[in-house]
Amino acid sequence: MSATTLVPNAVTLPEQPWNLPSRGRVAMYCLIIGESAIFTIFVVAYIYYIGRSLTGPTPKDVLDVPIFNTICLFSSSVTIWLAERAIDRNLVRTFGLWWAATIALGLVFITGTGIEWHRLIYQDGLTIRTNLFGTTFYSLVGLHATHVVVGLSMLLLVLIFTLTGHVRHEHSERIQVLALYWHFVDAVWVVVFTVVYILGR
Amino acid sequence: MADRTLPIEGSLDLTPPRERENTWLDTLHEWVVTVDHKKLGLMYMMMAIFFLLVGGAEVLCIRIQLAWPNNHFLSPQVFNRFFTMHGTTMVFLVGIPLVFAFGNYIIPLQIGARDMAFPRLNAFSFWMTLFGGLLLYYSFIGGGGLYGLGNAPDTTWWAYAPLTARAFSPGHAMDYWALALIVTGFGTLGGAINVIATAISMRCKGMTLMRMPLFTWLLLVDSGLLLITITPLTAAQIMLVIDRYLGAHFFDTQAGGSATIWMHFFWIFGHPEVYVLVFPAFGIASEVIPVFSRKAIFGYPAMVAAGVGIAFVSMGVWAHHMFTIGMTSVSNAFFVLSTGLVGVPTGIKIFNWLATMWGGKIRFRTPMLFCTAFLFQFLLAGLTGIMLSVAPWNWQLHGSYFVIAHFHYILVGAIVFNTFAGIYYWFPKATGRMMSETLGEWHFWLFFIGFHMTFDTMHFLGFEGMPRWIYTYPADRGWANLNLVVSIGGLIQGVAVLVFAYNLISSLSKGKIAGNDPWDAWTLEWSTPSPPPPYNFATDPVVQSRRPLWDLKHPEDPDWKYEQ
Repeated sequence: MSATTLVPNAVTLPEQPWNLPSRGRVAMYCLIIGESAIFTIFVVAYIYYIGRSLTGPTPKDVLDVPIFNTICLFSSSVTIWLAERAIDRNLVRTFGLWWAATIALGLVFITGTGIEWHRLIYQDGLTIRTNLFGTTFYSLVGLHATHVVVGLSMLLLVLIFTLTGHVRHEHSERIQVLALYWHFVDAVWVVVFTVVYILGR
Repeated sequence: MADRTLPIEGSLDLTPPRERENTWLDTLHEWVVTVDHKKLGLMYMMMAIFFLLVGGAEVLCIRIQLAWPNNHFLSPQVFNRFFTMHGTTMVFLVGIPLVFAFGNYIIPLQIGARDMAFPRLNAFSFWMTLFGGLLLYYSFIGGGGLYGLGNAPDTTWWAYAPLTARAFSPGHAMDYWALALIVTGFGTLGGAINVIATAISMRCKGMTLMRMPLFTWLLLVDSGLLLITITPLTAAQIMLVIDRYLGAHFFDTQAGGSATIWMHFFWIFGHPEVYVLVFPAFGIASEVIPVFSRKAIFGYPAMVAAGVGIAFVSMGVWAHHMFTIGMTSVSNAFFVLSTGLVGVPTGIKIFNWLATMWGGKIRFRTPMLFCTAFLFQFLLAGLTGIMLSVAPWNWQLHGSYFVIAHFHYILVGAIVFNTFAGIYYWFPKATGRMMSETLGEWHFWLFFIGFHMTFDTMHFLGFEGMPRWIYTYPADRGWANLNLVVSIGGLIQGVAVLVFAYNLISSLSKGKIAGNDPWDAWTLEWSTPSPPPPYNFATDPVVQSRRPLWDLKHPEDPDWKYEQ
């Protein structure tokens, strides 16, 4: 083969804009898809085992619908959206306030779950080994609660950065990626709430 | 060919790298802390080859045990552990790392990027995968329980409930198994996210999705499939761990739990997993066959569509592993038809590869030899797959050696063959030296003969009713001669792999200098020096077609004039 010198192709097409999606966003959507599959399996197991416990207590006996908690968690999606909007408009102080509000609402939710579990374990005697309801309930709600805790830890980290003055307008993109995760945690609660507290009862 | 200049002249920093004190500790440190996609790709590859040898040694012991009737080479317990560890190793510690070995090394180079989208996540994923593997093998030392000192999982690689419950699998072997798969599962998830983000967000200018090399395309689809495939397994393993450690009842039939639901959860992962493992093989065939046939790939859009189609259909076929558990006729019919449907996009792929070779100026170098064998073997594997997908036929042959023959035709005949093709094809790029062609041909022919002796014969053992998982058999069954042939074939494959290992190691220092583009190929990775510098491309390349190097080599007749 001849050793001709190759030069970059001189014939260039008209300059076109070359914009690709942000890698952070793509990765977060991928993570959400993967996590959704994990939740799907747990939800399927929950639905499959509804009413199959050999012994009590049953969901009807012991579960109360956690209306207040649910409202808090859903509101946190609104506050985090307001925070995203604030940082997008370079209002760092407003951002910090809404962000802190989000964390507070998340903490209320997780505390509510803690109180519920405490009551179930010590008053109603329902543990993960009591029956199939206990097994699937603590696993599914616990999996969601784990995600809330992970989300809260990350939100808290950003709050610390905000308080020490490290969060600026240019971090808007990253904050939105993180917020995506929080929205996902909220959206999962819609499914878990429906399955556990409405269909399951 | 080696003297071809780079596509963008003066684009490379040609000053020699700073002289380091190259003690082995420096080198080791450099590899441990690296986030470079090429080094991580090579580490994934070394891990895969290491565990391939381990898993291969296990199966050779199994084959020696089965070579004669009433043999006592392995005890029944060790036999069970070995086939469990063989399966688990080959799927999770060889197959999955191979996906990311090729993916990591090749994708950024093919799409003109300097690294993966998340280099540190990449390193994290690799170490998770490796330590997951070590955790699994630690069970040989630490898995003791009621059985005594050493122990290992012995429940087959799909670990059906309730055998995995504490009552039936005491000790910690199952715990190591479950935890190891959770840990490697996170590594896999990280790797898959990284590949998707890279292929979508890191492409160089002009590299539209429909100009992306097919290898990258298939790895993108593969990673998308992994996202929804590996996670159900993780979920099921979490349930198993909860069952075993907290006394929950997911798979506890005594408390109303279901053993069948584990089967569903496992095969929702397990069947698409086969496609996950075979996609890189498809990708390698789609690179090697055009280059060695000197033709552009036939039907590029159809190849992409078929890849996506296989990924979608593969999500709906899992219960064809479970025809014998007594599902309803409707379920049986559904899974028969959906499984048959996979044959359509797969057939499109086979026809397109054949059409690429048709009329081409074929060069039968080692990579092409392996790819050609792959075409035939993959076709046969597909045909026995269609046979097994028919429920009544499946009822006859389920749990027999026919099934083993079928899936090893995919796993070895397609995946391992094309892995070798890929290694022979990209070795010059990764090391700057060619692998020996003579030894390569020895490797190919030995492996090819051994493969067919082993796995062709296994089909007949299946027809004669030999079940899987038995550690020995009486002499009067008429299985002895065929089993001996199978075992000899296995040993020949073992010798072939040793030839390959010798070739790999000796070519590192003695191989011919390769140059940038030894195969006269067309994708961007061949425009970089061999081995590529840490930054891959000094200036970002711009592409105008699917074969940017063809455009550079043939400015009078570039591809972009014809592609839409």
